[in-house]
Amino acid sequence: MARFAVRRTISVLALLFATSVVVWGIFEVIPSYNPARAIAGREANATTVAAVARKFGFDKPKYVQYVDTMKQVFEGQIIDYQNDLNVVQQFRQKFPVTVSLVVPAAIIWFVLAVILGSISALRAGKLSDRAIMVLAIVGVSIPVFLLAELLLYVFAYNSSIFPAGGYAPFLPNPGQWFYHLILPWFAIAALSIGFYARVLRSNLLDMVNQDFVRTARAKGLSQRKVFVRHVLRNSLMPIITMFGLDFATLLGGATLVTETVFNLPGIGQYEAQAIGNLDVPPILVGALFTAFFVVVFGAIVDVIYALLDPRVRLTG
Amino acid sequence: MALDKPRSRRADAQAPAGDPAPATEGDGVLIREPGAPGPTEALPREEPTTVGVGPYRLALRRLLRNKVALISFGVFLLIVVLCLLAPVYSHDIAHIGPNTTNVTGTVKVGGKVENVVSTQGIPIGPTLTAHYFLGADEEGRDLAVRLLYGGRTSLEIGAIATAVIIVIGTLFGLLAGYLRGVVDAVLRPLMELIWSFPPVILGVAVGTALALGGIGPIHGNSIFIPAFIVGVIYVPYLGKPIRGEVLRAREMDYVDAARAQGMGPWRIMFSEVLPNVVSTIVVFIPMMLAVSILLESYLDFLGAGVQPPNASWGTLISDGLTYLQTTPTYSLIPGAMLVAAVLAINILGDGVRDALDPRAQVKIQT
Repeated sequence: MARFAVRRTISVLALLFATSVVVWGIFEVIPSYNPARAIAGREANATTVAAVARKFGFDKPKYVQYVDTMKQVFEGQIIDYQNDLNVVQQFRQKFPVTVSLVVPAAIIWFVLAVILGSISALRAGKLSDRAIMVLAIVGVSIPVFLLAELLLYVFAYNSSIFPAGGYAPFLPNPGQWFYHLILPWFAIAALSIGFYARVLRSNLLDMVNQDFVRTARAKGLSQRKVFVRHVLRNSLMPIITMFGLDFATLLGGATLVTETVFNLPGIGQYEAQAIGNLDVPPILVGALFTAFFVVVFGAIVDVIYALLDPRVRLTG
Repeated sequence: MALDKPRSRRADAQAPAGDPAPATEGDGVLIREPGAPGPTEALPREEPTTVGVGPYRLALRRLLRNKVALISFGVFLLIVVLCLLAPVYSHDIAHIGPNTTNVTGTVKVGGKVENVVSTQGIPIGPTLTAHYFLGADEEGRDLAVRLLYGGRTSLEIGAIATAVIIVIGTLFGLLAGYLRGVVDAVLRPLMELIWSFPPVILGVAVGTALALGGIGPIHGNSIFIPAFIVGVIYVPYLGKPIRGEVLRAREMDYVDAARAQGMGPWRIMFSEVLPNVVSTIVVFIPMMLAVSILLESYLDFLGAGVQPPNASWGTLISDGLTYLQTTPTYSLIPGAMLVAAVLAINILGDGVRDALDPRAQVKIQT
């Protein structure tokens, strides 16, 4: 266990380092990108641009700039170019919105996917099975922003059942919070349910013919117990892996499209605005944030594996 | 599911890799070793009395029996042809170019003369006549013309990106898997690095930066920029499974035989190993086309893809968001076209995979 923790910590640090170099480097190698000019504005003359470059340290050697930037990130002192705001504080402020969006959506899609995938496998070839397969292939063919727009149009503009975007904090009014987030939750969850159900279904069908399932039946377990304790439990691993990765990237800000359409002030919307303005500090912090979640959830998934399957040991 | 949609395909994408089409591989071995009896052949030296059918012909037969896949292929072809006819429609029917603005213009609808863009700045909805068949955008441009031209752009970007993925992904997979050593030590971490980024965040960041001033001889508003970005992002999705297959293939007897005959590594890679991984590549073509078009639409939506004044399905959906309440067709019709095209490709892709690997259990049935 200690070895596992040490190795994972090293891989977190390695990935964060690689991510920071790559994201920072992308903007350095792009010839057309001049942050001083971007900050100073289009009409600024050469002296102003040079003054801005000196103020932000763009005139120093590249490696010094990188080290300075990373020092600011980890001391929580980094300032964005566009609004002169502290990026880390912005993330801290906006993260609850993204959590409110992602966590319930993830629960909805995972639970429904397990239920639908199981139905699909148990009734393979029947109408319900085919309907779920169709849902899966439609789900991977619709971009989430289009589904979000469609939901907005049908349920907010056309019938006013739900509000047209916006966010209400959980406290003091959980009802409003729930009311504002139903459509975004559904937009995120709907497209994944089918795909997860489809992967689970094929794992279940592979598992049914395994020896241990026959043994379980032979020793007289009820169908329900065989299915839940043996077949389902062993089939969950691949979708747990997918889930860990998807959940991590969403928490890390991959919700930028959904947050943009529904006008939710989370880290995704902040990232989208930063990308539009080529504001490097928030993009850098966002990428590190995502990379961090990806590695941490990778480790959590490995622990869950070991809990579900005693044959798996944590070796890192 | 926002950005992870393309990512989610990974699990799917890996399926054919972990489970290579058995028919192809087995036959490949048999062809190269005519003397070796297969386990089921009783008398190996006897001339076969029936004419053999190659694995790809068998796969094609299976595909032609799959009606849903064929209909999808038809729908996709129809969309492609319509988009290719965009200049004809623009020139002979609508009489307006895709980027021709007409803010103060009027159009006759059912005998009444109406403003193309109302005084409140709201564009007209579908007129269902030759002029502004699907309505106008906020600058008075004909949406039907832009829809067709935009579709052409989206499909072109998807095709270029897919070509980039197939060529570079196959090359990387072959080189890393066959040569191993230093080449593998460089290519594998490179692919892992691209792979570990969420595609949309990576694509949007690079796309925005490049759109600003282009790179080298390529202009910032060239469609090659989003096409190459999308292509490079998805290279590992093909390169990694191909590498895995090549690693397995290089230990096969036929590769040893080729080496014993004195073939060089390049010749073995391209004339011995490559034909044995072709079925995987074929399975990936439609899948990669679909995810490329989708990812490109995400880039467009966030302003990092096709640049104005040019249109694509993604930019039309994005621009129309402002008018979702007043002119919903502006956004939703390009959306429907995009989904129709991607859905058709995905269903066709499922059909191709089932045809090449009949053991695969995941399929859409009639």
